[in-house]
Amino acid sequence: MLLTLIETGDGALTAASAGAVARAHALAGELGVPVAAVTFAASEDLTSDLAKHGVGTAYVLDHELLAEYSPERWGEALAALLRQLEPAGVLAPASDESTEVMAQAAARTGLPLATNCVTVTPGEPWTLTRQRVGGVLLEDAELHAPVKLVTLAPGGADTTPPDPADGEIEVVTCRPDLDEGMVHTELVDRTAGDTGVTLATAKVVVSGGRGVGSAEGFATLEQLAELIGGAVGCSRVATNNGWRPHTNQVGLTGTKISPDLYIACGISGATQHWVGCMDAKTILAINTDDQAPMVTRAAYAVIGDVHEVLPAVIEEVKRRAG
Amino acid sequence: MNVLVCVKRVPATGAKIPLTEDGTDVDTRHLGFTIGPHEECAVEEAVRIVERSGGSTTVLTVGPPEADEQLRYALSMGADHGVLVETGPGETDAQATATAITAAIRELESDAGRFDLIMFGTESADAGNYQVGIRVAHALGRPIVGGVKGIDLDQEAGRATFRRPVGDGVEVYQAPLPSAVAVKEGLNLPRYPSIKGRLRAKKTQLRTIRPELAAGGLRKVRLRPPPEAERETVVLGRGAEAAGRVVDVLEDLGVV
Repeated sequence: MLLTLIETGDGALTAASAGAVARAHALAGELGVPVAAVTFAASEDLTSDLAKHGVGTAYVLDHELLAEYSPERWGEALAALLRQLEPAGVLAPASDESTEVMAQAAARTGLPLATNCVTVTPGEPWTLTRQRVGGVLLEDAELHAPVKLVTLAPGGADTTPPDPADGEIEVVTCRPDLDEGMVHTELVDRTAGDTGVTLATAKVVVSGGRGVGSAEGFATLEQLAELIGGAVGCSRVATNNGWRPHTNQVGLTGTKISPDLYIACGISGATQHWVGCMDAKTILAINTDDQAPMVTRAAYAVIGDVHEVLPAVIEEVKRRAG
Repeated sequence: MNVLVCVKRVPATGAKIPLTEDGTDVDTRHLGFTIGPHEECAVEEAVRIVERSGGSTTVLTVGPPEADEQLRYALSMGADHGVLVETGPGETDAQATATAITAAIRELESDAGRFDLIMFGTESADAGNYQVGIRVAHALGRPIVGGVKGIDLDQEAGRATFRRPVGDGVEVYQAPLPSAVAVKEGLNLPRYPSIKGRLRAKKTQLRTIRPELAAGGLRKVRLRPPPEAERETVVLGRGAEAAGRVVDVLEDLGVV
């Protein structure tokens, strides 16, 4: 069997998990094994979603020590299930939490783990392609293991089930043998953030780098962002100079975003930054250097100083709005 | 508090990542190297913890002899001791790296006592395996949580509190000490080393440990750049005079 580690959002199957199930079907077909699911949260919505996505068996890990997320406890519960079922492999979305649980299970079973995979081909060994450096470099690799543990990078696969089945699903509740005294980290509090326009979800992001020159220089970027309903972003240079908080940082070690429009002001476009914004639908670069990587990779560019271009753009937007 | 920080030497790449001719590795002949950004923040945090509550910071790296450059950088930031877990020039996979670090920590702890906190980056800036810290923590029986951008240590209560952003919110975790933690950039703003720090770092004796490496089950075959769509950039103009065409584009995209 091929297992898929399922994440839930509001009790239903998330898009990322649906994608993992779809890719599991493709792989399971080649392997000649059925697709099963494993989850920490059972609900009727979820199991009916899973049935619709052609999953024949859902294993629910159920234990009072698993009620709140704990990397070690969840990882140990998954590891116990792997020892019991010995599946051909486990596919999981490459989210922070699923990656953490998979890595814990890998550590506890001594199995290798391939993270952020974009393609997986069965055989002995499995061959796969995984993302490095946020996706600007690909690694072709072999995965040698009795149970193959893989996390799947976002995108790259159709999330529609192969044939919309209203099939039967068998729900198997498993109570892993967990020791209450096991060393673990415990989730003690969870706070919700503000619900305004955020960097991760904004349709338009106005972002600044070295060319902005100072913390004060970002005032024009903020003005434009406010005018067009966008969020302000920045490069690592701007964060490291103390011009903007790290929460504004777009890039490999900041936030990866995919807005409709990314306006890159005075950002050269080093790899560290590029991986954070390369999924934007359209990029407009404003830069004094017409050979800057950000300019040559952008759909649109203006060659010039941010502090000359942006005020003129703001004026023009206001003028047309009347 | 005695804190251990595990750092990785990674190539400082610009806009393009050059590869060796056979495609098995990054061509680093013309590249500089740096500590991964997550781990640089870990070093800064460790130094601040020790400045506040006493003890010492040890920094450890797995890599070739040249990785002493990254150890000395961490020492110049204020770390007290440096340990090189020496490997060959090639890349070491995640399982082998974790096994080597675990063995090295056991050796260090049997000599000088337990580390109260062992710090890692959540993932390395180049390979991005997201697992070395977790494997080491499990092998040593320490709790660990990743993606952390806030740390409070309560030595009297023997407890660590870790905060990590999730979506737009924050999750707060507690773990008993001794603990491990995997952090992300944004934990703090790392300092620039002082001249005094650099001089001290130069003179500090590094400890070298030569581990036995056993390859894990994930084996790299080759590296390659992803196919990139050739793109014609439309230059809208120069300086302020381009504003009209910029706003035309904004209108076409439905932004204004």
